[in-house]
Amino acid sequence: MSPTPTPGQTVGPFFHYALPYAGGAELVPQTRADAIRLHGRVYDGAGDPVPDALVEIWQTGPDGAVPQVAGSLRRDGYTFTGFGRAETDRTGHYQFTTLRPGGATPYFAVAVFARGLLDRLLTRAYLPGAAPTHLASLEAVPDDRGFVFDIRLQGEGETVFLSYAQD
Amino acid sequence: MHRLGPYRHRVTSSDSAASTQAEISAEIEAISKEYDAAGVTETATRLDYPPYRSSILRHPTKAPQQVDPEDIELWAPVFGERDVDLLESDLTIQHQGEPVGERIVLTGRVTDGEGRPVRRQLVEIWQANAGGRYIHQRDQHPAALDPNFTGMGRCLTDDDGTYRFTTIKPGPYPWKNHHNAWRPAHVHFSLFGREFTQRLVTQMYFPGDPLFALDPIYQAIVDPAARARLVATYDHDVTTHEWATGYRWDIVLSGSHRTVFEEDEQ
Repeated sequence: MSPTPTPGQTVGPFFHYALPYAGGAELVPQTRADAIRLHGRVYDGAGDPVPDALVEIWQTGPDGAVPQVAGSLRRDGYTFTGFGRAETDRTGHYQFTTLRPGGATPYFAVAVFARGLLDRLLTRAYLPGAAPTHLASLEAVPDDRGFVFDIRLQGEGETVFLSYAQD
Repeated sequence: MHRLGPYRHRVTSSDSAASTQAEISAEIEAISKEYDAAGVTETATRLDYPPYRSSILRHPTKAPQQVDPEDIELWAPVFGERDVDLLESDLTIQHQGEPVGERIVLTGRVTDGEGRPVRRQLVEIWQANAGGRYIHQRDQHPAALDPNFTGMGRCLTDDDGTYRFTTIKPGPYPWKNHHNAWRPAHVHFSLFGREFTQRLVTQMYFPGDPLFALDPIYQAIVDPAARARLVATYDHDVTTHEWATGYRWDIVLSGSHRTVFEEDEQ
């Protein structure tokens, strides 16, 4: 029998001085020619923006390879580590500067944390056209410099969150 | 289960302090009785836990969609020595002087669902100071800020999955979930595993805290044995002579899906 996992707890209201870090949301510099923006808003069940959420992404590079290199916390501006972390602003908005994920079904793995959210949520932001039918609602919407992916924690248009089958 | 309806008329902010502790405790008690009567063990934290008022509008109402992890999710970001300075694991040396409070060492092992150590992986912590005050601007309760304590640390686990921090025992602090609400003293932990699906953010508590029964965040883990997993144990072998008391807290991440390659086993 496998050991029982340690339960999660809310990230709370005071993570801002601890978890976000300089350059966390810029996986690549904005000046890079192939840089794109992944951004969106986090909403609660009343449709109000969530100004104290934290969003993380984890993704392949454009070649579809899984990055396995250090440096996400202290970026050098050249190494693509595949991991990013962004807090939402007063309007519930988050944004990442990154590269297009590659591979057969390209998506950004997304983790969501917030005050009031008792455990983290996981989902995927697929590139348009990449999602399997039953996850079609998880496709990001293209805009002029990248993709928009809104996260609705509850209610109408509630984001499909994911759990992972255990062997 | 969709529980939003009955609570629509209620205050859904943790800043309103509208209910009394007696009302919150009665809600906690009712949920606990319901859980006991159902007789089905729950090991995870409930997302839908109305006594924690801010959760009312911030929990999904639909069950998560179960999928097989693919590609990227079978791996975790890599953190290394260029990311984390060794000194970041000591929260008591970040300023000119010694912080006020009880110096403690917090250590433990991070393992995955198969009992394997999670090696060379990032652990981040943050916490209030000895007086129960966070350096965060949002925390305005009238306890002293400590100019010698920020309350944020990082380390990498070693080859055995062990993390170790030196810090100050945090104090309990008031919040506005309800009138006279106090959180038990805790340290926030953020963990990565071998796979992104194992991502965990949680809180570690100290043994014997009198506030446990009153706290809707701790009680959102409705199973007593499951919530006890968040409580560290005092360990005199970690305590060091004339320096610091010691606490041990082991962390188990969810099961992993990826085949273990030989390099991981070395």
